[in-house]
Amino acid sequence: MSLFKLTLKDLQTKFTAGEVSAVDIARSYLLRISQVEPKVKAYITLTPRDTLLQQAKAIDDGLKAWRKTQPLMAMPLGVKDNICTEGIRTTCGSRMLENFVPPYDASVVSGFRTHQPLILGKTNLDEFAMGSSTEHSVFGPSRNPWNQKYIPGGSSGGSAAAVAADECVAALGSDTGGSIRQPAACCGVVGLKPTYGRVSRYGLIAFASSLDQIGPITKTVTDAAILLNAIAGFDPMDSTSASRDVPDFTKAVKKKDVKKLNIGVPREYFSDGLDPEVSEKVQDAIQVLEELGGTIREVTLPSTERAIATYYLIATAEASSNLARYDGVKFGFRAKESRNLAEMYRSTRSQGFGPEVKRRIMLGTYALSAGYYEAYYGKAQAVRTLIQREFDAVFEEVDLLVSPVMPTPAFQLGERLDDPLQMYLSDIYTIPASLSGLPAISVPCGLSKMGLPIGLQLMGRPFEEAIVLRAAYAYEQATNWRMKRPVIRA
Amino acid sequence: MASITQKEVEYVAQLARLDLTEAEKPMFADQLNHILSYVDQLQGVSTDGVPLTSSIAHEKPVLRQDSPHECLLVEKALANAPESHNGFFVVPNILEK
Repeated sequence: MSLFKLTLKDLQTKFTAGEVSAVDIARSYLLRISQVEPKVKAYITLTPRDTLLQQAKAIDDGLKAWRKTQPLMAMPLGVKDNICTEGIRTTCGSRMLENFVPPYDASVVSGFRTHQPLILGKTNLDEFAMGSSTEHSVFGPSRNPWNQKYIPGGSSGGSAAAVAADECVAALGSDTGGSIRQPAACCGVVGLKPTYGRVSRYGLIAFASSLDQIGPITKTVTDAAILLNAIAGFDPMDSTSASRDVPDFTKAVKKKDVKKLNIGVPREYFSDGLDPEVSEKVQDAIQVLEELGGTIREVTLPSTERAIATYYLIATAEASSNLARYDGVKFGFRAKESRNLAEMYRSTRSQGFGPEVKRRIMLGTYALSAGYYEAYYGKAQAVRTLIQREFDAVFEEVDLLVSPVMPTPAFQLGERLDDPLQMYLSDIYTIPASLSGLPAISVPCGLSKMGLPIGLQLMGRPFEEAIVLRAAYAYEQATNWRMKRPVIRA
Repeated sequence: MASITQKEVEYVAQLARLDLTEAEKPMFADQLNHILSYVDQLQGVSTDGVPLTSSIAHEKPVLRQDSPHECLLVEKALANAPESHNGFFVVPNILEK
């Protein structure tokens, strides 16, 4: 079997046992990438072949005397291109940062670099992570490995496509309103958004600071637990990172049942607008969870329908503030031939940002401007509290919530580009957990008649990733969806 | 809620330090109106006395010790600068001559 087909867990086992070398792994993935990357376009920047082989050889040489390995040692990973990597350009999918080479690593990256992984490259995303399809990347869209006419989802579409196409064994994504879970669902892989504060955001290029969170995109639930272990924990460089103990998440993926778990099905997540095929697959999955010993009950989260409006005011307000730093002075793009400083700011920002980013900056600026602040931003903050309270109340009764990830399977490239609101509406099921900072996972639960993957979402209480992982694992093991792999024809 | 006029779009763009082309102005006015008419649904939600959520951090933010430590070297900090000179960032004239 080709190495690139293995899960992180299986590759790790073979490498730890010395059955395969780091150079074997690097070669296998370099070959795979050369075969399918022209079709999938998952990466913005690939680590040069020679550099990668040198790194692999250094790992192998270091193990000659004494084979003591680390969990991610020699594991070939993709990193979303809004996560800073020292010495490797980090573009955010934007002309603004096209040539930006970070002088430091994000904490998640410096953390796992001590394991000596093989970072294969930086994956594509919607510009500044704003989008649900990767079509807003200045480098062009990534393709869904299952059908290249379709979007891979977004904004972490490159990471999800790379994992689904075996162009890396696992990847990091970031999730602000669904940007890990939605592309994972579109590409038939596992995507976990951890609790807000579980993983450091230091070095994640900010979009909306009260929502952004880094998390794993992997082939299996077990792999997500392994990668989460490597990135979770308190970081003094991020004041919002939580100073609490991190359990060993791989212990959560042992039991193959959900006995004693109360699982809520929020009525509002199955209302009009949900594609019948998606509804059917998710209902089937709920039945599997019941057969596995879960107690299923219907619950209600009435403010769900307010979530998109709330999110698009809060996220854009925060973005308009966060993106004020792109002024052409200290780093990034600068427009040429400006007569004075003010003109340089305006020209730089007008030429450096794409249309979706401009749209969101303007919406956010408007929502924060005098006369509208309370009606828009203030109102959204209050509704956010209501949404959070409803979750708190429901989680008094249930341990988990189960729902679809998105209302439809992946849509076609270009289909929603001219209608920004239509694109926003596809985030309805992922946004509420983001607004409340809850851990949530997307796990494959079927294929549409068109052969496109459908995702199941499980949401848990803050810092209860272990319960989310346990249920996702039990479901995954009871079904065969993880065995289904896309066939990419050259 | 009043809809956003093209004039307001120009004003907001100016606040955000963006120059819009003649083609962009009506396009953004249109799209923002579309989005604003959607988010206006929040006006109907009763939120009297509901506290505002500005951060979702489940724990109090922890500030790190304010102690001296190594920081970025000047060369590294300037490496991404569009223009620099003698260890400084260079910008165009602030006041026109």
